[in-house]
Amino acid sequence: MSQLQQQLEAGKFVVTGEIGPPKGINIAPALHEAAEYLKGNVAAVNVTDIQTAVMRLGSMAACHLLIDRGIEPVFQLVCRDRNRLALQSDLLSAATLGIENVLALTGDHVVMGDHQQAKPVYDLDSVSLLDAMSKLESGTDLGLDMKGRPNKLDGAPKFFKGCCTTPCSPTPEAQAIKLEMKVQCGAQFVQTQAVYDPAAFEKFMKQIEHVKVPVLVGIVLLKSAGMAKYMNRSVPGVQVPDHIIQKLTDAAKEDRAKVSVGIAAALIRDMKPMCQGAHLMTLGWDHCVPDIIKQAELA
Amino acid sequence: MNATERKPMAEVADSLADAKKVFLVACTGCPVGCDTGGPKWVEQMTAELTAAGKSITGSCQIELLCNKALVGIKLGRFVEKLLAADAVLVSACGVGVQAVGNMVPRRAVPALDTICLGDYQGLWPGEERCAECGECLLAYTGGLCPVTLCAKSLLNGQCGGTGDDGTCEVSPDRPCGWKLIYDRLKELGRLRDLRRLNAPRDYRKLAIPDAFRRTTRYALEVAEDEQTPADEQEAAE
Repeated sequence: MSQLQQQLEAGKFVVTGEIGPPKGINIAPALHEAAEYLKGNVAAVNVTDIQTAVMRLGSMAACHLLIDRGIEPVFQLVCRDRNRLALQSDLLSAATLGIENVLALTGDHVVMGDHQQAKPVYDLDSVSLLDAMSKLESGTDLGLDMKGRPNKLDGAPKFFKGCCTTPCSPTPEAQAIKLEMKVQCGAQFVQTQAVYDPAAFEKFMKQIEHVKVPVLVGIVLLKSAGMAKYMNRSVPGVQVPDHIIQKLTDAAKEDRAKVSVGIAAALIRDMKPMCQGAHLMTLGWDHCVPDIIKQAELA
Repeated sequence: MNATERKPMAEVADSLADAKKVFLVACTGCPVGCDTGGPKWVEQMTAELTAAGKSITGSCQIELLCNKALVGIKLGRFVEKLLAADAVLVSACGVGVQAVGNMVPRRAVPALDTICLGDYQGLWPGEERCAECGECLLAYTGGLCPVTLCAKSLLNGQCGGTGDDGTCEVSPDRPCGWKLIYDRLKELGRLRDLRRLNAPRDYRKLAIPDAFRRTTRYALEVAEDEQTPADEQEAAE
């Protein structure tokens, strides 16, 4: 059983971190950051899968390299780039590399990235991908044999299956219903899109009260007022309130990292009673993670 | 002409499971040629659904349901009977079913699967698009097609890419298809349909037999020599 699963089952407030593989094979800096600032501070480290459709080194290889360094990964797996054959095959491959935590995602559309001409796949969606994972665990795959029975696997994998949700979506009810479907199809934990509005989050958590699944609230570290405004303009389902933007605007340049950490820690303190953990997306500022944890009074 | 095939009766029954009263709409364009619609279908379906304990509030046959303006005018004459129904069962391609769904505040349920449109998107092309997937899901998506309206053709609800103004992440000009579906299902009191797990598509259905790609003219000029025994019998009668 993965550490992440153990800690959530033990009822601990769990923190996860995140790294993004590089565009190229120079992975040493990302691994160094993870070993230096995330190891020992977080239960597991998510590895993004070609995030925002910008071509880069793969999530599975980076997860494997983290395991080699004693860091537990969460393998993010998107439906954008692989059909059902490749998704299932990659899941089997991941299992043989010792990867247990998998986060099933739809994936940003290719037009958001740097290969806009590419063919978007979406053969499965995040719900049917979770269903596929559950089937693999039970020893069958999505295909059928000549007699119409599910194909049998020679050795079944075991995962700790995660999914995402967007609490501040313009249609939270639709998100809540989809989350319910994901849990029905096997999701065992949730890491949310970034939340900056504790009141909206509390409302969303009420809406999914009947769904028994641990939720890690998503915290994206705001590095500047410009970034916050960009997120409001361009990242669907994320709203940074004006009072937070003002704090970043007022901060002197040399204090900015401190202010960013303070904002993230305050959000975690506010939302800790509502959920089971926090997922920190620091976008390269991994060195801030120990401070966020300390100021959020989680250490 | 576009090609459709009848959904198995069990599937139609499932999609009408909680509808006691049904109104029938039949396209008398392409489905007549495929023997999947028209007067014969109305007669058969009335008998089958009545036998299954449903009441038929009325029926209407429209030549080319893909002409949305015509659909509005024609259906206008049946307002009371339409509103008396819990669902409207439509024998048409995906474009026709969506045209009915956009005109009537009732659930439009497809009786057919569309297998080939031959690039024809209706007489009066509007926002209703059919992808000829051969596994029509309109019964469970408020009569709005997720395959064509969602930029990712997702089958199980919206992703995280819905903007605050309800647009899709791919373009500010494009509404989120699943938000449209959510809004419509809410209007129809059918949010439970969002809880249905839709299986991954069967892409074999995209391999369309050549015969369906041929035009009527081809059929008249070239295929005359390829008459089937059924054709000969019909000709003899």
